[in-house]
Amino acid sequence: MSLDSPAVHLTGVRLVRDGRRVLDGVDLVVPRGAITAVLGPSGSGKSTLLAALTGELQPAAGRIEVLGQPLPRDKRALLQLRKGIGVLLQGNGLLTDLTVAENIALPLRTHTTLPGPVIDRLVAMKLHAVGLRAVGGAYPRELSGGMARRVALARALALDPPLMIYDEPLTGLDPIASGVIMSLIARLNASLGLTSIIVTHHVHETLPIADRAIVIANGRIVFSGTPGELQATTDPLVLQFLRGDPDGPIAFDAVPRDGLALEAPAFEEPA
Amino acid sequence: MPFITATRSLGRAGLFSLSVLRASTPTRDFFVELTREIYKIGARSLPIIAVGGAFVGLSVTLLGYRALETYGASNQISALVGLGLYRELAPVLTALLFIGRAGSSIAAELGLMRATDQITALGLMAIDPIAKAVAPRFWAAVICVPLLTGFFCSLAITASYLEAVHVIGIDSGTFWQVLKDAVDFRHDFLVALEKSAVFGGTAALVASYVGFHAEPTVEGTSVATTRAVVNASLLVLMFNFVLSAFLFGK
Repeated sequence: MSLDSPAVHLTGVRLVRDGRRVLDGVDLVVPRGAITAVLGPSGSGKSTLLAALTGELQPAAGRIEVLGQPLPRDKRALLQLRKGIGVLLQGNGLLTDLTVAENIALPLRTHTTLPGPVIDRLVAMKLHAVGLRAVGGAYPRELSGGMARRVALARALALDPPLMIYDEPLTGLDPIASGVIMSLIARLNASLGLTSIIVTHHVHETLPIADRAIVIANGRIVFSGTPGELQATTDPLVLQFLRGDPDGPIAFDAVPRDGLALEAPAFEEPA
Repeated sequence: MPFITATRSLGRAGLFSLSVLRASTPTRDFFVELTREIYKIGARSLPIIAVGGAFVGLSVTLLGYRALETYGASNQISALVGLGLYRELAPVLTALLFIGRAGSSIAAELGLMRATDQITALGLMAIDPIAKAVAPRFWAAVICVPLLTGFFCSLAITASYLEAVHVIGIDSGTFWQVLKDAVDFRHDFLVALEKSAVFGGTAALVASYVGFHAEPTVEGTSVATTRAVVNASLLVLMFNFVLSAFLFGK
């Protein structure tokens, strides 16, 4: 793993899910150490892109390199690579039959041979980093949405991965919890020297902490640059998304899919 | 093409079973999970197995007594109850009660884990979800169901004894002697436990397979639970016939 290579490098990637082409011709470079915001309306293919970065979805064409090595197809090698990637899922994915502390200890216990007391100490440090040292013994169901998100963040950080991917980190959170999560992401990225990719449609909360921004719409990357350049853009497609206009180049109607459309009776002109 | 679809899902279930066996590595975490599952699906099934066993013992005794009385052989009642229980009734009924009590909960738990991103999260943490969530449940069932069958037999025989000796009036010494002469420890009792281990493993594999692959929705979880109970029960009944034909055929 060479350190000067970009954290993520996509060349000519085409992603197909359930026989439907979701993204095509994606070229993307995520530099190390930066926070990159991947923005786009719902259904634009952000989650599909995330699934491709973690190796869950193999690209139909093109090449994906993560942390300087091409994504392996072999399951064992893929699991090895995933130890270097922390993912915060939209639904948190905390194991409900384990306590907060056990959840965070899980990747440490599975992937390291550290003795119990050291793991307990590391878990306490991770909880401290997200400001939740007091709730280590609680079960996930006893936490608020914002706290559960922070626990999931601490668990994603457990193995000190060089690359963090956040999938819609603000969904379902109030403005204060959103602010807490965003400042945590920025602080952790700087203090731990991480590379962060934030996949979201929350433009205004994300842009202030992002170093780079990418906008996905209509199955391709429509903008790539700094947040400043994004604010100054005149592209009607990007502007529609930034301003939240209902009318514009991004279609409101769903793209037709085979077998899903309702049969509408033919409309006859009155004589 | 229903034939191709059926063959494909059979193959998938077979591969799933192989991956469960491959993922069963005896780590410390595995034993922690295994103990928890044995308590959850084994120990907590004890009450229904006890009640089920007692009533089966009572009804088989009553039924057998009426039939044997015609031939003046009513003191052979414990042989009939013993053989009937160990060879067929106890393994099958325990497995069916287990499926209703624990198989459904295995399918529902795994379905909900899928629906709430827990299985995805495990994969993303480079933890094999089959090793973490499925393998301990499978082995817990393989260990628990034979023990539950033994428990079922004890309760059924006790209930049968109480009815035959204290209600019907058969001599207590005859009851035990006839039972001892008729039932062989190796060929009847141990075979019952072996059958039960197969049934427990089958039930757990079917329930985990449908739960693990459930649609990540509320409806998907409920469909998986129903399917787990129906498919596992039918498979147990079919396997019971095949195993009985082989084991007791001679």
